[in-house]
This record gives sequence, C-alpha cells and structure tokens, in this order.
Amino acid sequence: MRGMRSMLYIPGNAPGMIQNAAVFGADMVMIDLEDAVALSEKDAARDITAGFLRHYDFGDLPVVVRINGADTPFFEEDLEAIVPLKPFAIRLPKCQDPSDVLLADSRMTEIEKRHGMSGGLVPIHAMLESARGIENAYAIATASSRVTALTLGGQDLTADMGIQKTRDGWELFYARSRVVMAAKAAGIAAFDTVWTDFNDPEGLFREARQIVELGFTGKAAIHPSQVEVIHRAFRPDAKEVRKAERIVAAAAEAERQGRGVVAVDGKMVDAPIIVRARHLISLAGLYGMEGGEAQ
Amino acid sequence: MNFVKNALGRLVPVGVDGVGAFSPYEGAFARVLKGAPWPAAYPVRKPEPPSRSKVAPSLKTAIERSGLENGMTISFHHHLRNGDKVIPLVLETLLQMGFRDLTFAPSSIPDSHDCVADYVRKGLIRRIWTSGARGEVGRMISRGEMEETVIIRSHGGRARAIEEGSIVIDVAFLAAPACDALGNSAGCSGKSACGSLGYAITDARFARHVIAVTDNLVEYPLHPHISVPQHLVNQVVVVDSLGDPAKIASGAARITRNPLDLKVAENAYRLLAASGILAPGCSFQVGAGGASLAVAAFVRDHLKEKGIQGGFGLGGISGYMAQMLEEGLFRALFDVQSFDSAVTGSMVKNRAHMEIDPSWYANPMNQGCLVHNLDVVILAALEVDTDFNVNVMTGNDGVLRGASGGHSDTAAGAKMAIVVAPSFRGGVPTIKDRVQTLVTPGETVDAIVTERGICINPNRADLWEAAKKANLPLKEITDLKKEVERFTGVPEPVEMDMDRVVAVVEYRDGTLLDSIYRVKE
Repeated sequence: MRGMRSMLYIPGNAPGMIQNAAVFGADMVMIDLEDAVALSEKDAARDITAGFLRHYDFGDLPVVVRINGADTPFFEEDLEAIVPLKPFAIRLPKCQDPSDVLLADSRMTEIEKRHGMSGGLVPIHAMLESARGIENAYAIATASSRVTALTLGGQDLTADMGIQKTRDGWELFYARSRVVMAAKAAGIAAFDTVWTDFNDPEGLFREARQIVELGFTGKAAIHPSQVEVIHRAFRPDAKEVRKAERIVAAAAEAERQGRGVVAVDGKMVDAPIIVRARHLISLAGLYGMEGGEAQ
Repeated sequence: MNFVKNALGRLVPVGVDGVGAFSPYEGAFARVLKGAPWPAAYPVRKPEPPSRSKVAPSLKTAIERSGLENGMTISFHHHLRNGDKVIPLVLETLLQMGFRDLTFAPSSIPDSHDCVADYVRKGLIRRIWTSGARGEVGRMISRGEMEETVIIRSHGGRARAIEEGSIVIDVAFLAAPACDALGNSAGCSGKSACGSLGYAITDARFARHVIAVTDNLVEYPLHPHISVPQHLVNQVVVVDSLGDPAKIASGAARITRNPLDLKVAENAYRLLAASGILAPGCSFQVGAGGASLAVAAFVRDHLKEKGIQGGFGLGGISGYMAQMLEEGLFRALFDVQSFDSAVTGSMVKNRAHMEIDPSWYANPMNQGCLVHNLDVVILAALEVDTDFNVNVMTGNDGVLRGASGGHSDTAAGAKMAIVVAPSFRGGVPTIKDRVQTLVTPGETVDAIVTERGICINPNRADLWEAAKKANLPLKEITDLKKEVERFTGVPEPVEMDMDRVVAVVEYRDGTLLDSIYRVKE
C-alpha cells in the first residue's frame, strides 16, 4: 500500500525546498502556487514548478499542485502550465459548489485533449474552505469522476465563519465530520487542514490523533518536522494489528473451507470488519510492524 | 620538489625546503605501531631569576627582552575566536619593530584575521604552520603568493610536532583573559573570558620564551583555576583589551532549525542507535555546527529516555554538551577548546568539566590520548569520496577555506566515526570520485550520512548488518553519488597548477597525507 498519511506543503517559488521534497519521508508533497506565493511571485512560482515537474525526478513521490482559484487571473494559466505535466493531482482551492469543479473539469479536459493526453485524467483534490463549500461537500465530491479527494482548509473556513481557530479545534468538529462523511460516501480520500504552529508538535499530535479517529486519510504538513508527528498519529496499535491479522487469517481459512461465516476469538466477524482489518495491516506495513501471531 | 606516492595514492613531497624531510603516509597507526622511542628532545629554556612581578612596561619591551630574531617562530592560540585582537596587535608591533621572515605557527587562524595575509605580503611572515586557513589568508596561499610551503596539521598533530621538536616555538604570545603578575593564566574569567586555554598549555610548556598578554591583571595568586602556571611564563604584558567580548564569547550554539540538517542528524542518530554503541559509559564528541550538534540533541533524548549515563564528552565543548554534563548524562567533560560562552561558567563551577591540553586530547605518539578512548565522533565534511576519504580543507574551487582541526585525530581514535553532510551544496555534489584534498583517510571513517541515505564503509560489515536490521536507508556510496549527480550533474575537476605545491597536509603522526596545489586564476 502507498501511504497517504502526510502531504507536505512546499511553496512553488522555493526551488531549494522543492529539490529536497523527497527526503523528509512525506507520503505526498503539495507544491503551492496559491497562498504561499506572493502576488508578484505568481509567474515565477508557476514556471519553477512546471520546470521541476518536467525535468526533475521525484522518484515515486506523488506531487500535487495547488493552483490559484478561478476567481483569480492566474487560474487559467496555472492549469495550462501544470495539467500537461500530469501531476498526481491538481488541488483546486475554494470549491463552493459543484460548478467550481465542473469549470475546472472542462478546462482540464480541453487542455488534455489539446495535448493529446491519453491514459487517464489528471485528478482533482477539491478544497473546501468556506461554509458553503462544507455544506455542499457531497455534491462537490461527486461532481466529477476527477475528484479523488476532499481537503479541508481550516484557516479560510474559520475566517469565513468569523471565528478563531482554537488549539483544541472543536470549532472544526462539524466541518471535519461533514468532509469525512461526504468523502466516505463518495468513496474518495479526505485530507485534513494544517497545524500552523510548527513549534508545537504536541498540539499537532493531539489534533492528528483526533482526525485519525474521525476517519481522515491524511493530514497536511507545513514543515518537514511535522511529517514524523503525523505518521506517529496514524501508527496503529500493535495489539489491534495482531487482532486484524487473526481476522484476515480466519477469513482466508473460511473462504478455503467454503464457509460464509467467520469467527475470531469466539465472536462473529462480518465483511466490513474484514475490510478494515486488511486496511489496518497495510497501514502497519508502512511502519515495518512485524506480523507475528497470525495463527 | 621530489615526490613520492603515499599509501593512499597521493603524491606528496619527500621534504619541504627550509623545514626538512617528511615521510609519506603509510596507514593510520603505522608510525605509532613501529614503536620507535619518542620524542627525541625537549627544548632548552633559560631560568628566570626570582621576582615578584614579571609585568613588562610594554609589549615592545617584552618582545625586545624575549630575544626574538628575524626568521624565528612565534605562536598564538585561537581560543579568542573571531573576537581576537592579540594576533593583529602583536603582528603590527613586530612589523613596526622591523622584524622579518618569521614563522607564524598559531594553533589555528581565526576566520576574521584577513590581516595575516597583509603581514605575509609585507615580509613579516615567511612561513605559516596552522590547522586552518580561510578567507583572504586561504586565498593568498592558494594563489601561490607565499614562497614557502604552508604546513597544515591537525590539533593532535601540532601537539605532537611541538613535543618532538618539529615545531620549535621561539616566543609564544599567550592571550590570557585572567592573569596575575607572575603569569599564572586562565581563560574562564575576565571580560575576555573564553573558557578552556587548552592549546596555550602545550605552547607554554614547550616554547623557549612565553609572554602572557592580558587585559585583566588580577591580584596574586590567580585562583581557583589556573590553566598555565607561572613557572612556564617569562613575562606579562597588560593591554587595554584582548578583543571583542561579543565575538570571543558568542552565545550558546543553538540546535539548527534547518530541516535538511535535522534530517541528516536524525539519520546519523538512527545509525548510532542501531549500532548499540549508545550504551552506559559511552563517550562522545560532536562539533558545534549544523547537523553535527543536532545529533547531540537526539543522543541527549536517547540517553534520557533509556536512563543511560555516558562516560565522557570530549573536544571542542559547546554549551549543549555542558548542559548534558549538568543533567548527569555524562560523568565528565574533557575540554580542549570551548565553543561558546555557556561553557565558561561550567568549567568554573563543575569539577567534572576538565580542561585538557591538545597532546592529552589527540597526540597519537604519547602514552594515551583521549581521542583513542572515544566511542562516537560526529564530523562534518566539505567533500568525501567513494573511498570514504574526507576533505575539510579546500572548497569546490580548490581554494583553502577550512581547518583540519581534530577531524583526522578523532576519526582515527573513535570506534565509530560518522561524517555528516548534505548530499549536495549550492548545486555541487558532496560525494566525488576523489577528494581534492585528503585530510582524513577513509580507512578511519565508518559511515557517511546524508539526508538521502547512509553509506557504510565496506570495512564495517558489522555496522552494515546492524543498520540493515534496523531498516535504515542504506545506500552504496557509488549509488548515492549517481543518484545525486542525476540532478546536479558531474562537476568539472578544478584546474590546479600541479607544478606548484602551496601547502602540504600532514597526518597526525607526522607523515604526509596530501599536497595542496596552486589554483589557476
């Protein structure tokens, strides 16, 4: 399994950082053309990012590019420069309703056609960062088959709501739940917002544990030091991994014997539990956790 | 110059004009293991008649009384770092007095002393024997402005050279942040306090004449701590200021925030942890900068978490190491040179923080130097090669811009010598086929750790196994070199004037490791 636990933000106009993107162990990186880049630097950031995508070997590291929104003069040019280079995904900011996705979708289709791109479309990670966007989460998630993830933008959302982002983060509880639920219902990934204080790894860890429990696929990191903390939060409990291994083993055994019913530790286990167990084992694989008592 | 190829395939001269014959490098401990009697001779010194004050009326008078003549050798220590004003003051006074052709043999040249290049050009200095040369001094030497070949020595190698008489110091000028009228001197008090006076101890013990220079003449006797005792000092000179206190005692070195350096440090720490060397009683040395000091932070957490107490910390000591002593993570600190102001207080109040001289620190020819007891040393590098040889002397342009320091000493002595470096800097890869200047032989380096992977010396199969078991990002050094070159390209070799040796690199045992050539403009 490829991990999607962490997504490291890198400003698009920082070639020194982009060239080292792969060394910090993040599961994905996101090169930002939007909020991390000053207005006067927009063209430079786009050129640098396109240059890297064209010439630089990122190995097997997925590179997502966050473009500027459709309400800016940079939207078209960003798409035009980035889409033909087939990034892992385009992160589309400020999605308010399905029409935002559809607009980007049609532009991207046109660009792909013009460049004779075949073999799959460039996916969209739709960013929800307004009250309206949150309320339209499911409609946005299902607006196009390009949408493979919803991402929550906590900074803009709290600003839109006229509230403060607190250390405990309970004000985002509803938004987070809504985003995860919509993503799960649509069968796509869900990525949580950043923890801005990179001098506070404890706070980050607490928040990351919360979003793991809510069901998020991953969380954004704004500093390389946050990657390890986020991965620690996703690390499954060894006892649970051993139990998952027993469940998967029992399911395989039942299948071999043609039995429909699986029992583990004297309890009936149904299909969703087996799926979850398989997921947990692949997650454990990312940590090199030993198998062990699969008996 | 006649040349011979040494055991590492480097051409080195068989002798240096005006200095004498040199043997080629044969192996890290080859000369030590030959076991010839050592040293040959001690210097002859003149007794001083009984006196209650050695204070001279002026620096000029002190120099006149010292018997210094043209062509003789003068020494200084570099404990005042970039704040030092004693070297410029003494050199200017010597120039005014009409001296010429001196051999300048400091323990190292502080980065800020570009003025040394001028005193070479004005004819005051004819030879330089040092650990390092940077800035204008480095450029001046690399351009071939000096007639005489510069000799680069490690800290342990310089102590050896002094004790065996290869360096005969005629007059040692000893900057003393605290000093009494009979010359008892120390570095850990006074407005110019610098901590350890380690390098001064060896100079004072072996120089023919010692002049202590102080801006803090204390009532006799200096106490409680004396670095250089009065019986080694001929004269005392009082000046207004030894230098700029802000640059002498720079603030405590902080752990880097650079994510790349932290990644390198984390990889180095993981290798240490996997090797099992961080056991009770382990001994440890790190540098003060970048990734090197950051390793100390990881080790500190490790020792705390596992409840382990280390044996001793060694070397240039930073405030961070002093703090680890305070926390009980080491039993003792041996301090040949203090890196920052935080150390100064520690040496005064903590008896387990001990001042040592550089022979005790790293001289390979005595009866047991501390680097030979080291378990772990973390070292930096300007470049390394696929044979694990390390260059800390010349930059990518071939120009002198570094210092040998304790690099080769600690690498040879430590059970585990780890070189930490980013895999490329400013677009130039760190790993080369062949380092420009060989300062530390690859046979004494156990691992090279970068942000992109860990390379283990093939002579450490055990370490490779342990690291592999711990799932560390191991790479063959040739593979990592190729990986980095994929985006940096392969730099053109620097064009050097191979007919003109401007400096030689002496190994700690006195044999020659490498030659440094004139750069073509």
